[in-house]
Amino acid sequence: MNDLVKRGAADIAREVRAKRISAAEVTEAALARVDEVDGRLGCYLTRLHDLARQCARRVDERVAAGDTLPLAGVPLAVKDNMCLTGTRTTAASKILENWIAPYTATAVQRMLDAGAVPIGKANLDEFAMGSSCENSALGVTRNPYDLKRVPGGSSGGSAAAVAAFEAAVGLGSDTGGSIREPAAFCNVVGFKPTYGRVSRYGLIAFASSLDQIGPLARTVEDAALAYDAMAGHDPMDSTSIDRAVEPAAASLREDLKGLRVGIVKEFVTAKLGPEIDALYKRAYQELADLGAELVEISLPTADYGLATYYLIAPAECSSNLARFDGVRYGLRVDGADVGAMYEQTRAGGFGPEVKRRILIGTYALSSGYYDAYYVKAQKARTMFAQDFRKAFERCDLIAAPAASSPAFEFDSKSDPYSMYMMDYYTIPMSLAGLPALSVPCGYAGEPALPMGLQLAAPLFEEAKLLGAAHAYERATGYAAKAAPAV
Amino acid sequence: MASEKIDVRYVAKLARIALSEDEVERFEKQLGDLLGHVDVLSELETAAVPATAQVVESKNVERADEAGPSLDRETILSMAPQRQGAFFRVPKIIAEP
Amino acid sequence: MTVKAQYEAVIGIECHVELKTRSKMFCACANEFGGEPNTKVCPVCLALPGSLPVANAEAIRHMIRAGLAFDASIPAFSKFDRKNYFYPDMPKDYQISQYDMPLTLGGIVRYWLEDGTLKECKLTRIHLEEDTGKSMHGGGGDGRIAGSSFSLIDFNRAGVPLMECVSEPDLRSAQEAVGYLEALKRTFVQLGVSDVKMEEGSLRCDANVSIRPVGSTELGTKTEIKNMNSFRSVLRAIESEIERQITLLESGGRIVQETRGWDEGQGETHSMRSKEQAHDYRYFPDPDLVPIEIDAALIDELRKTIPVLPPERFAKYREYGIDPKQATQLVDNSPLADYFDASVAAGANPQTSMNFVLGDLSRLANESGTAVNASAVTPVALAELVALVESKTINSKIAKELLERMWIGEGSPKAIVEKEGLAQTSDTGEIEKLILEVLAANGKAAADYKAGKTNILGFLTGAVMKASRGKANPALVNELLRKKLE
Repeated sequence: MNDLVKRGAADIAREVRAKRISAAEVTEAALARVDEVDGRLGCYLTRLHDLARQCARRVDERVAAGDTLPLAGVPLAVKDNMCLTGTRTTAASKILENWIAPYTATAVQRMLDAGAVPIGKANLDEFAMGSSCENSALGVTRNPYDLKRVPGGSSGGSAAAVAAFEAAVGLGSDTGGSIREPAAFCNVVGFKPTYGRVSRYGLIAFASSLDQIGPLARTVEDAALAYDAMAGHDPMDSTSIDRAVEPAAASLREDLKGLRVGIVKEFVTAKLGPEIDALYKRAYQELADLGAELVEISLPTADYGLATYYLIAPAECSSNLARFDGVRYGLRVDGADVGAMYEQTRAGGFGPEVKRRILIGTYALSSGYYDAYYVKAQKARTMFAQDFRKAFERCDLIAAPAASSPAFEFDSKSDPYSMYMMDYYTIPMSLAGLPALSVPCGYAGEPALPMGLQLAAPLFEEAKLLGAAHAYERATGYAAKAAPAV
Repeated sequence: MASEKIDVRYVAKLARIALSEDEVERFEKQLGDLLGHVDVLSELETAAVPATAQVVESKNVERADEAGPSLDRETILSMAPQRQGAFFRVPKIIAEP
Repeated sequence: MTVKAQYEAVIGIECHVELKTRSKMFCACANEFGGEPNTKVCPVCLALPGSLPVANAEAIRHMIRAGLAFDASIPAFSKFDRKNYFYPDMPKDYQISQYDMPLTLGGIVRYWLEDGTLKECKLTRIHLEEDTGKSMHGGGGDGRIAGSSFSLIDFNRAGVPLMECVSEPDLRSAQEAVGYLEALKRTFVQLGVSDVKMEEGSLRCDANVSIRPVGSTELGTKTEIKNMNSFRSVLRAIESEIERQITLLESGGRIVQETRGWDEGQGETHSMRSKEQAHDYRYFPDPDLVPIEIDAALIDELRKTIPVLPPERFAKYREYGIDPKQATQLVDNSPLADYFDASVAAGANPQTSMNFVLGDLSRLANESGTAVNASAVTPVALAELVALVESKTINSKIAKELLERMWIGEGSPKAIVEKEGLAQTSDTGEIEKLILEVLAANGKAAADYKAGKTNILGFLTGAVMKASRGKANPALVNELLRKKLE
């Protein structure tokens, strides 16, 4: 493996800008790495050799012309639920298996404008619905740290690609934990900004009021750089926030002095077994060692997160996915009339998890159940926001597990609800729209597998959040204590 | 919200997804289980709580009424599962909406 | 009492009106009628994966103005909801509409019937939504759905802003329904919020029709009538449906609540019951859009832009004593009505001014191609001319000549009259002198009259007028002539 692929985004961009290496060289190294290992890992659904080379050439030209590109030459994995003009964009669904996007998502475009080079479209759970990538209809992605295990999900392809040096930065999307959980499983940093910070335009919708794009990277600094490139108002997305973005890369810090970190009383890690309980207690102590003051906080609604989420997200998805009807694009399975065509197309095009969520969401919105389910969940959502607002009166950040366990083996969670439980710790932050991330915090299990510490901040306080995560990462250095198996 | 038995066939009809008998049976059970979990929400006292549709408050996001370019017709028609000339073609429609 | 007279119809109208904007409701595609199929579509209005709506500010302003025009209340808070159902010409398979918080609530439409009777119909609401594309049905069925074997879709119209106006069931006859629709149309055109071209489908309406015994306050079972493509077909369809319902009840039948289509060729409505299931639209707030808040300042600003509206004008013209046909004619030509109003404001007698405006001035405008309000005849000059006529200073013949001279820019009629001594004479002595001259020169005519050919009087009057160079008061000439001859 060419050592270039191990370099982080900040490093690569600096070197390319200084013209010590070219974007073309970095890109060739990344493409070679993909060709070498992706057959075994399956991170990418589509490899973009031609486009990558073309983009790299353009980056080198721009650097030569004196453009200061914050992500010059940085190899990028794009989750395949984001549109990129001229590339197959599938959402890992049969219903979009051969769809070529005619436009580019705002977040992707901003990454490319900043100099990033798209290496491939990364695998995911179909329409981002899942926590293991096993719901992809188009390919299997394996965890680079243990090929018998899942990479997490739904942004599993992006997380695995970054972990296995097939990209320096990945774009993921997080609805209930889909960036943070795979980041934890793959020993990388995964960051979900405040809802509305990064434009959703061009992100194939799962649940509109929850979906948020964010970066996956091997260091907090790289995640911050990517975030800085993507964040900010987009007139094409009505829910994108029109508010100045404090550059996160400039806010990185080395200690946590003066910060109060809240530990959620209701998140009882003892339930996760003694080893994991000890690991998180150690992580919290490490925060204290860096100067943070630990305070106990309460989220009385914590145990209602899954119920709230599994009404709101499916309800929105049932409507968002109606457009996949065989009329304008994507799969069509013929039927005697248009109604039969719809039903056959959607029966053949969607996988079981997607169907389950469409059905539950349709039910939750249907006549007679709307108030009992959907409205009730929206009210519960208000309580989550209130609980967090109250909690943040007593602390600056919240620390919690990023997932309930390390990566599990394929086919080990046959009951949908046990899979949903993986997101127990990430869903509350999603419901409240908070910025949250996962940073490697050690290893657990046999074999020892990566674990992630989740940190969350009040709305819009991304810079503070990334700054603190950087201090933790620098002080602990857990990610470097193991290497991927490929 | 008592967990009634969910009428999967009716819901699938609304969602326009054809289900096999196996699927009806399986989804009925799985969705019933999930609704059982979801029923914990009834424990929350929400009578005085407003509903939240968007967690980050915002209002009046509008665009100026200016016309811009549309997509190239060939590009969009090339995506069509079936086209006829400049139109998208679909099997017969049974009734008005 | 006839059978028909024993019943009263109760009618409510729902109509959809396309708003006049440059771009569509939620994207920048042009809002124009016609054009090559599928050329005015983009990722948003074609519902490509990942696309998002952004509301058109002008459409919202149009809605508020429309509401203000009917004295509706404009709630401080409004929002968009999704109405979920599948239809091939609706790209997202949901329509962005407004469910429980429309932009305008209540209001009154004042309208009039052909005989000038003024009426009122309450509005329930006007809400904003988006139009669908257009389906053409092929392979049999003569363009209708029934009997067709496939359909072709053009999405150019998809996403055009549409307002839905829902009336209370205040209308009691087909004539009232048409009067109501005409008032809506006139008002929207005057406001500039829509072109309201039924032939282009920019106004489409459905009617809810029921009947009940005269004097009853209970509502009968209603049917919904669709497919009415002109005001004439609205009139015919509702009349036919009322008759059908009366006949049915009189023969012991029962009205079934259903949708019925108007068949223009057959001149009757027919049941559109289909085997499709009942609708369950699963309305919920669109999570891709944010709420609309309207403050008093905006309402005040928009209120100032509302011109004098047709119903108000009509009522005023009727107060002037102008007949309903003339009043309607003028109301429907708002530049001319403005001109007329200005002449009245300058002191002109309304009926006399109206006669000039709709008569000679409109004729001159037609002949010359110059609009009346752009001509050399200012409303003030017209008022001066009207005053000369009213004071009997000039007779109508002179007035007509004067008007033609004013049209070509000869200036003030009063000045011309004074300079050229055109004032009408009512000097009995002078007129009698002229009469004697004329009778002397036309002995045969005078003899004929005396012999009973009284219609020769017109000829003699004309001769006297000519002798007076048009200045004599024609009524006086007539009177004196008759006296002389008898």
